[in-house]
Amino acid sequence: MTTLPQTTDKKLGLVIDLDTCVGCHACVVSCKGWNTENYGAPLSDQDAYGSDPTGTFLNRVHSFEVQPEEGPAQLIHFPKSCLHCEDAPCVTVCPTGASYKRQEDGIVLVNEDACIGCGLCAWACPYGAREMDAAAGVMKKCTLCVDRIYNENLPEEDRQPACVRTCPSGARHFGDLGDENSDVSKLVAERGGIDLMPEQGTKPVNKYLPPRPKDVEPEFDILAPYLEPVATDQKGFLGWLDKALEKI
Amino acid sequence: MHPAHSIIIFTVTSGLGFGLLAFLGLGQPAVTGWSAFWYFALGYALSVGGLVSSTFHLGNPQRAWRAFSQWQTSWLSREGVLAVATLTIMGIYAFCAVFLGQTLIVLGIIGAILALATVFATSMIYAQMKTVPRWNHWSTPALFMVLSIAGGALLTAHVLLAVILLAVAGLLQMASWTRGDTALAQSGSDIGTATGLGARGIVRAFEPPHTGNNYLLKEMVHKVGRKHAQKLRMLSFILMVLVPVLLLLIPGGWVIVTLAFLVHFVGTLTQRWLFFAEAEHVVGLYYGKR
Repeated sequence: MTTLPQTTDKKLGLVIDLDTCVGCHACVVSCKGWNTENYGAPLSDQDAYGSDPTGTFLNRVHSFEVQPEEGPAQLIHFPKSCLHCEDAPCVTVCPTGASYKRQEDGIVLVNEDACIGCGLCAWACPYGAREMDAAAGVMKKCTLCVDRIYNENLPEEDRQPACVRTCPSGARHFGDLGDENSDVSKLVAERGGIDLMPEQGTKPVNKYLPPRPKDVEPEFDILAPYLEPVATDQKGFLGWLDKALEKI
Repeated sequence: MHPAHSIIIFTVTSGLGFGLLAFLGLGQPAVTGWSAFWYFALGYALSVGGLVSSTFHLGNPQRAWRAFSQWQTSWLSREGVLAVATLTIMGIYAFCAVFLGQTLIVLGIIGAILALATVFATSMIYAQMKTVPRWNHWSTPALFMVLSIAGGALLTAHVLLAVILLAVAGLLQMASWTRGDTALAQSGSDIGTATGLGARGIVRAFEPPHTGNNYLLKEMVHKVGRKHAQKLRMLSFILMVLVPVLLLLIPGGWVIVTLAFLVHFVGTLTQRWLFFAEAEHVVGLYYGKR
């Protein structure tokens, strides 16, 4: 059903730390790997080794430059995948009921057997989280690795989304954002986690932690006092030259 | 947005077809026998032809029947349900008019209302998109509806009504273009809100996530049309409104009306191409393409 649940028991989602993400794209690769081999239609590539390669990805890493009013510009790597919105516009537009939001954990999924590939859900998503697979003709999106997080055949430490498991800098966190005592909720509260495009009214579950302010280094150069600028009132030849040049 | 041929043809022809069916349902003209047959044949050719064309852009058209199920939330599903209801009701109405020489007035009125409701549902598929500020406005359904009824008036040779409706469509189109040009800027979404980094300084897309193309860019960040947008706007306005109105002012009977319709048809195709090509989706903000 494409009617959204009033509330969900859990709000499973990701917290992405823009301060520690190094932009290595490891999450992109592990996501593509896991989701090609497991749940649903594989994430296909077209012309992968040709001149115009394209392919389906559920997670992509942008890089943005932020120029503050003062000081140097900052480069921020920005992983982006489905935000599993509470008020998911992609779900309600679906004409077939293929798109749905789970009442038990809030994960937004696509039943690929019912998807006609009309693409309307991708239009409704402001974040570009849904991509139509050119080979299967069905809509693909982040499943929050629903086939890992509850999978008792995997060791317990692997029961989290592939992107979180693989991140070498600990920039990705997975948990229940509906439980205010969860680690992820505490992290969001502590670091002032933000929503993307809140004006779109989608109420995203995933949160982004903004980069922390840069430390200001104290000045402790022992040679500094000896390198004070030379006296400005010159005497002798240099003083005469300075005055003469200024008069010209 | 990507101006898919199948969707442009679908929205234009089904709009005209349902407009014609609405007039026939209201008994304008109240035809029976062979003349009714040709009228309804044209109405069904346009509306059904459009609907069939719309399935060509689907990834899995064999499952299209499932699209009738989610009418409670989805405008696309409502459109499908309303289209089938219209075609069924008008089918019975047409059968009685063609073969029995009977005009079932009540059935015709219901059919006419359903026909216009179908066009409204089509327009709401676009107007509901908060992600496309240019479409997310009442002028989108208004223009779709007026163009559909104007098309019906043209096809049934209601000359005065057609002139008035085309003039209204022209004014609505002008207003829609003017508002649409600032819609994205006024929507409150920019690269700063998209990344959540706007409060820290000026945000610039430094490096895209991929060097090649992808579905998002092909489908929602179409830019080709904007190069000639002003010329195409002029052209579509002249063909969709100006020339048909001037032609209709010449007393010339069927030949002139048919000519006016054909020019209007081409103009509306151009207008609809622009409707998609000029629409900016907010996802383009992440790619620095807005």
